[in-house]
Amino acid sequence: MSGLKVDDVSMTFELPGGGNVEALKNINLNIKEGELVSVLGPSGCGKTTLLNILAGFLAPTGGAIYLGDDRVTGPSSERGMVFQQGALFEWMNVSRNIGFGPEVKGTPQSEIDRSVTELLGIVGLRDFGQKMIYELSGGMQQRVALARCLANDPEVILMDEPLGALDALTREKMQSLVLDIWKKTGKTIILITHSVEEALLLGERLIVMAPRPGRIHKEYHLPFAELGVGADLRKVKQHKDFGPKRDEILNMIWDMEEEIMGRSELV
Amino acid sequence: MAQELMDVLATTFWMILGIVLIFAIVLIVSGVVYFVWNFINSKKDQMRGYASLKTVTFGDESSVTANRVASVAGVVTVFVIWMIATGSSLLPFQVLPTPFIGDTQFQYTATNAAGETDTASVKVRVNRFGDTTAEQLVAPETSDGFAKDDVVMVQERRAKLLRAHNNDEGGKEDSYRVTEINGQPIDLEQTVDIENATVLMTKAGSLQIRPYAGPTMESLYLPPPERVWIRFLELNAEGYQGVGLWENVMWSLIRVVLGFFLGCLFGIPLGFAMGLNSWMRGWFDPIVEFMRPVPPLALIPLVIIWFGIGEQGKISLLFLAALWIMIIGARAGVSGVNISKVHAAYSLGATKTQLLTKVILPNSLPEIFTAARVAMGVCWGTVVAAELVAAEKGAGKMIIAASKFQLTEIVIIGIIIIGVIGFGIDVLMRMAENKLVPWKGKA
Repeated sequence: MSGLKVDDVSMTFELPGGGNVEALKNINLNIKEGELVSVLGPSGCGKTTLLNILAGFLAPTGGAIYLGDDRVTGPSSERGMVFQQGALFEWMNVSRNIGFGPEVKGTPQSEIDRSVTELLGIVGLRDFGQKMIYELSGGMQQRVALARCLANDPEVILMDEPLGALDALTREKMQSLVLDIWKKTGKTIILITHSVEEALLLGERLIVMAPRPGRIHKEYHLPFAELGVGADLRKVKQHKDFGPKRDEILNMIWDMEEEIMGRSELV
Repeated sequence: MAQELMDVLATTFWMILGIVLIFAIVLIVSGVVYFVWNFINSKKDQMRGYASLKTVTFGDESSVTANRVASVAGVVTVFVIWMIATGSSLLPFQVLPTPFIGDTQFQYTATNAAGETDTASVKVRVNRFGDTTAEQLVAPETSDGFAKDDVVMVQERRAKLLRAHNNDEGGKEDSYRVTEINGQPIDLEQTVDIENATVLMTKAGSLQIRPYAGPTMESLYLPPPERVWIRFLELNAEGYQGVGLWENVMWSLIRVVLGFFLGCLFGIPLGFAMGLNSWMRGWFDPIVEFMRPVPPLALIPLVIIWFGIGEQGKISLLFLAALWIMIIGARAGVSGVNISKVHAAYSLGATKTQLLTKVILPNSLPEIFTAARVAMGVCWGTVVAAELVAAEKGAGKMIIAASKFQLTEIVIIGIIIIGVIGFGIDVLMRMAENKLVPWKGKA
């Protein structure tokens, strides 16, 4: 077990009409084992590209990713991924979705059943094992996605805006769940989000990315994730540093957006 | 060319009038039934109170479901219109006047060569269609004067020519003429109304007697329901042209099932291959895209030239009808897989084979089912059409053979059975769909 190293990663896409887009340029990042990292940035800053490279879905055009000493060359069950939505298998019930990872690896059924039962308990879906995916609400579906990822016992969990499509209340509950799971399992979690508050709450370490070319703009080390474990997240938001940090980052992202879009004449 | 076009436009105009008339009748009946039904239910609505306000009439199309009372009333209305139009004996009373059946008579006055006039009577007996047991009228043997009495036997709705002069003395002479019917003067190509019939003097001076037919439809064009039912029982027991009714239907179904099965057997794997591999996609794309819009019916002549009119030709045709639809359905099912699902499966440790069998195949099932429903519908339509062209057995063959002998009842029975089976196939496919791909449309 060891950390995730992003070594001078660049990603250039060729446009169909000629020309290039530098989605990522010279990203260097060392993520320690068990760290909870949130990645924030305006649209088009390459956060999802970075995550797809970490997961192994994309090969970077420059640099490399290392998990421990092993170079990442493709997707693998060591790096689990939780998607925004639509990534669950509708033709399987909740239990079979969660047990998919162990199943494809040939784990004995009794063992799968045991771990599925345990995971259903962890994500709070104890009585929903036999339900079909389309019978669940959006929040419950994301719990299944989380449990499915955990079933593989990955070293790193990558989350691509997993809570983006949820309503505020469900989102808050899920944020607590993510913190709980992080604390209980000690997994390395990298979470991409659009929401500044979510990035503050779910990031021991917060990375703000900037666009054109996609690069790391600023890094913060924050106490809020640690404070939020097992606590009321609304209390954490009232912490004296929370508001100023939020405003600072919001302003930063606003400035970047303006740089891209041009200053709106209405403001 | 311009004239033909104008004729087509004129025909279309009359069709529009006719269609509007039929729609108007159906809609008026529908409106009346609706008001009656609403009136009966008005008390229930009050009981429901404010809850009834939740149903939005406009802007919430999803809340519009079929009113089953209306469905039943609509079907009953079609039957009632059918019965009224054909003067069915199932109706408690006749709405439209029925064709005349029974006896009537008239007098004609003739002038002979000598300039004398004389009057004779003609007895007319109109018997029911197909009634061979009706008592024959016998012409009276004696009669005074040169004009002799006549008798005429005629079937309902049919006209009969009476050569009244044939038995008259001097009737063959040139200047012999019939001048009056029932005291009304008549000339060549003129018509005189008599009781329950009309008499027309033809160009040759004969009398054409046409009993009153009324506005109801003749059973040659549209038989009343009870006659269709009687024929159905007959058909069920004896079959038609030596082939049982259900044997005909079974043969059509067997062809459809075989053709559809072959279409799936080759279409689905080919569709998968096209969805998964760009070489295969490029290779088959032009063929599929070209063949897809060709209606299977257009292939019938070619299939007959190649395979003759036997079973092989029909099954080949149905295979071709189903093939393109299944290819496109399977291809769309594979291409439509959400990239997140593929990524998720890979990052959960699935191999390529596992991705194919555990994710891509099940994910494509809803699309394949949709295609299968369409293919089944097309196959059923195609088999009937193919049988119309050439077949020894089958529902389509039965109705085309019956139509050649103007057995309209059998044609109608055939059409109803074809419709019911087509509907039944779709219901079965939908049931299978709900059972096998319950997540369809809910993801």
